[in-house]
Formats: sequence, structure tokens, C-alpha cells
Amino acid sequence: MADGMAKPAPPKRPEFERVLPPMAAIGDVARPLSPFEKLINLTSVRRILIVLALAAIWQAYGAWLSNPLIFPSFGAVLDALWESILTRNLLWRAWSSIVVLAKGYVIGVALALAITALAVSTRVGSDLLSTLTAMFNPLPAIALLPIALLWFGLGETSLVFVLVHSVLWPLALNTHAGFTAVSDTLRMAGRNYGLTGLRYVAGVLIPAAFPSILAGLKIAWAFAWRTLIAAELVFGVSSRSGGLGWFIFENRNELNIPEVFAGLVMVILIGLAMEGVVFRAIEARTVRLWGMQR
Amino acid sequence: MTPLLDVSGVTLQYKTPEHLVTATYQVDFQVFPSDRFVVLGPSGCGKSSLLKAVGGFLKPVEGEIRLSGHIVEKPGPDRMMVFQEFDQLPPWKTVKENVMFPLTASGRLRGREAEDRARSYIAKVGLDGFVDAYPHMLSGGMKQRVAIARAMAMEPAILLMDEPFAALDALTRRKMQEELLGLWDEVRFTVLFVTHSIEEAIIVGSRILVLSPHPGRVKAELDADDFDHRAVGGEAFQRLQTRIHDMLFADRVEAHG
Repeated sequence: MADGMAKPAPPKRPEFERVLPPMAAIGDVARPLSPFEKLINLTSVRRILIVLALAAIWQAYGAWLSNPLIFPSFGAVLDALWESILTRNLLWRAWSSIVVLAKGYVIGVALALAITALAVSTRVGSDLLSTLTAMFNPLPAIALLPIALLWFGLGETSLVFVLVHSVLWPLALNTHAGFTAVSDTLRMAGRNYGLTGLRYVAGVLIPAAFPSILAGLKIAWAFAWRTLIAAELVFGVSSRSGGLGWFIFENRNELNIPEVFAGLVMVILIGLAMEGVVFRAIEARTVRLWGMQR
Repeated sequence: MTPLLDVSGVTLQYKTPEHLVTATYQVDFQVFPSDRFVVLGPSGCGKSSLLKAVGGFLKPVEGEIRLSGHIVEKPGPDRMMVFQEFDQLPPWKTVKENVMFPLTASGRLRGREAEDRARSYIAKVGLDGFVDAYPHMLSGGMKQRVAIARAMAMEPAILLMDEPFAALDALTRRKMQEELLGLWDEVRFTVLFVTHSIEEAIIVGSRILVLSPHPGRVKAELDADDFDHRAVGGEAFQRLQTRIHDMLFADRVEAHG
């Protein structure tokens, strides 16, 4: 080197090799979790704890306010809920809401799948879907109810019509997004098997896009449920039996505020059951099992 | 002897938003039964496009590709592909279902027969213990083994492999190359194998097609039947390696000079 400085070199060290004793002599490599750790790892347990905490806060605030006309306590609402189930046919009313909802939901899901299948197979279909979802997705379903009543009259058909509208667009949007996100490799693998047309959509695209489709199904369910309760609140008198929304409306008119809350709690309970039981079961058997979602 | 696969004067082009790119220009080669035919070239020589064209995913703008005398027009289960990407396995199917999927989808076998065939090929790639595992539970090398079992279970006329070991670590890659050669020794299938690694080409291939880049043109076709892992570092192996290296390197000098 011109300046006489040596370049740094790593120091020489002696080599060695070890004979490793078996791990069993040292201790366990894996330790089983304690019962408490196992319990707290269950999502349902953690969520129930949160619900219980919220109920406790509600009860405390209600007791402190002590104005049942504005904000009844949690206990009073539970009493009203129990009373309504026994004497006012609350469960039957909830059931009649759910039946209408199921009709609209099933028709909406079928239409959404049909329109997205068309959209992935042709360019015209894809343009059509993009334009239609851009137009109709932001349009509140409830705004269509007056027109639906004009077309289909007072009754279930009008409700089903607005439900289909509330399900179709968000689900079609999600499903289409899911289809376009399927990797080229997986598409080529499917076509390599000789799959074409509907068999290709059903055998490759739908399962590959299932996380997005499931998210769409959840959103669509929530939209439909909201739309139905709102529609019943406003126009519920139309259907003979009257669903949950109508139950809430009736009781508000009679100033039975704990019953109004009981109706709302029923709406929430059905929502929780749908999310916590039905959708969780579908997730556990599909996207979680397949490692597509954590 | 008639060739199994006859690629004659094939020019491939694809469109990007701004350009019409010519991937290969008038490429000719012939693959014979039980060949381990390697297409070797630097990135941008259109070797993957060439394999996709044989697979039926890309239409030549010039020339034709014939498999057993019939012109290749669309993808089909007589040419099974093994891709580089690990996501080639549908994640919603177990290892066994993945291997059975093409058998049943193409209507070749059904039920019990498909399952038996799947099990025997899963055993061949050494995954007996993972028949009911889902792909996300497997390592990269195991996923590639499933993809190979899936393709071989179809007993296709030709196996198409698109840099199948490129995403693996060096140790796993070497092991997979040895296993592939072992399988070939047992079954004697015909394989068209694409790689950018000179060493892999010499080890895996019995015949090497060297492509020049931008666009891919045939530079040479060489014999490499005598080399496997034991030959690595040997004098003849190194001579062939240097020869191919110089061929590819010469292009770069031309391009820059």
C-alpha cells in the first residue's frame, strides 16, 4: 500500500466441531399452553367479554340517568325483551323479517354471480358491470322503495325488490374485484387442465376469489338487513304480519321505550348471530382452512 | 425417428401498453421422445414465452408448433405445465385433491382410479405423509414436488417446466434436480425445461437449446447427456459450461460494443 496502512483482515481463529447432546436431556422444546392462555385465545370468549363489558356500562349509565323514557337501563330492556317474546310475538315478527330478507338475499346473490360471470367472460360484460355498479351502488335502496311500491304495490314483492338492489351491487363489485385478483399462474393451471367456460369459473375463479366473495356476502347481508328494517319502519304497515321494524315503530308511537330498545337489541342479536355463527362457520371451513386468510 | 414436438419458424410477439415486443424470432427445434430438452438463455430471450406457446397459451404470429403431428392451438392436458410460482397449486385443495384435480377435470380418470393414481405419484415424489395437507402448510420445495406429481400423474405427452426450481434455495434446488433425474430414470418421460442457469441446464438436460436475447433466436443446440451432479466441477463439465458462457457473453459484447 502506498500509505503503508494494512487493509483490515478478519483475525484467524481455531475451528471447532461439537457433538450435541439430545435435546431431551435439556428440557422441553415446546410447552403446552395453560388453560387460561387457551381460553383467552378463543375469539368467541374475547368477544363475549367485550359484549358483557358494554352491557355493564349501559346498565350503570341507565341507573345513573334513571330516566326510562329517554334511556332505559339494560335490565329494563332485557325484561321488555323477555316480555315481548312471551306476549307480543317478537320472535315471530323477527322470523317474518328474516324470511323476507332470505328471499331478497338469495335472489340478489344469484344475480350477482350471474352478472360477474358475464363480466369475466366478455369485455362488454365487464364494462357493463363497472358502469352499473358505479351508478347503482351509491344509490340507497330505501330511496327506491316509493317506486317499488308504485310498481309492485304494497307488499312483500316491493321489499324483495329493494333487498335485491341492496345485495346485488356490493356483492357484484366484490366478486368482480376478487376474480380480477386471481393470479395468472392459477388461471393458466386451470386452463391447462382443459377447463373452459362455466366449469372454469366454478372450478377455479370462484374458490380462488372466495375471500373477496365472502367479504361481499357479509357486506351485502348487512346492507340488506339495514334496508329491510328501515323499509319496515317507514312502510311496514304494508305487509300484513309486520316485521321487526314495524314492531319498533309501533312501540315508539305508544312510548313503550324499553320495547323499542328490545326491538333494537333483537336486530343486533340477529346480526351478531349471523356474523358470529353463520359467517364464522363458513370462514372456518373455507378461507381459514385453506390458509387464504388468517 | 419422428420428433414428438416440432417447433418450426416460430415468431412470438406480445403487447405491452406501449410496445409490441418480439419475444422470439423464427425459432426452430425438435424434441424427441424421452428427451430432457432444456431451453437456456438470459432473461429477455423469450424462453418462457416459447414454453407458453407450446403450452397453447400464446399464439405464434409466424411458424407452427406440432405435437405428435397435430398443430397446438389451445391449452390442454396432454401438455402439463409446472410453473415457477408457488401459487400454482389451488390453495383450496389438499395435496391429494390437487393431484387428482386435472385427472378428473379432464375426464381422464374418476373416483377410485384417480385417487389411486394420485397416491402413487405423490409417493414417487416422497410426500406420502402429506396427502391430506393443504398447500399453505407445505414448504416451497414440497409445493414444487406436488406440482411435479400433479403434472406427471396426467402422464402427458410432454412435461413443460418453466424454471420450476428458480424460487427455491440452493440446497433444495440441488435436491430437486437430483429427484427429477431419478424420476426420469424410472419413468422416462419427455420434458421441455426452461432455465437461465447454465449449471442447471447441463445437469438436468440431455440436450440444450441456447437462445440469444432480444429477440430470442437459436444460437446453438448442444449435447449434455453425460452430465449429472457427480460431473459438476469435472473437466468436461467445466469446458461445456465455459463454452455456453462464452456464447451468451459474446452477445453482450456485441450489444454493448
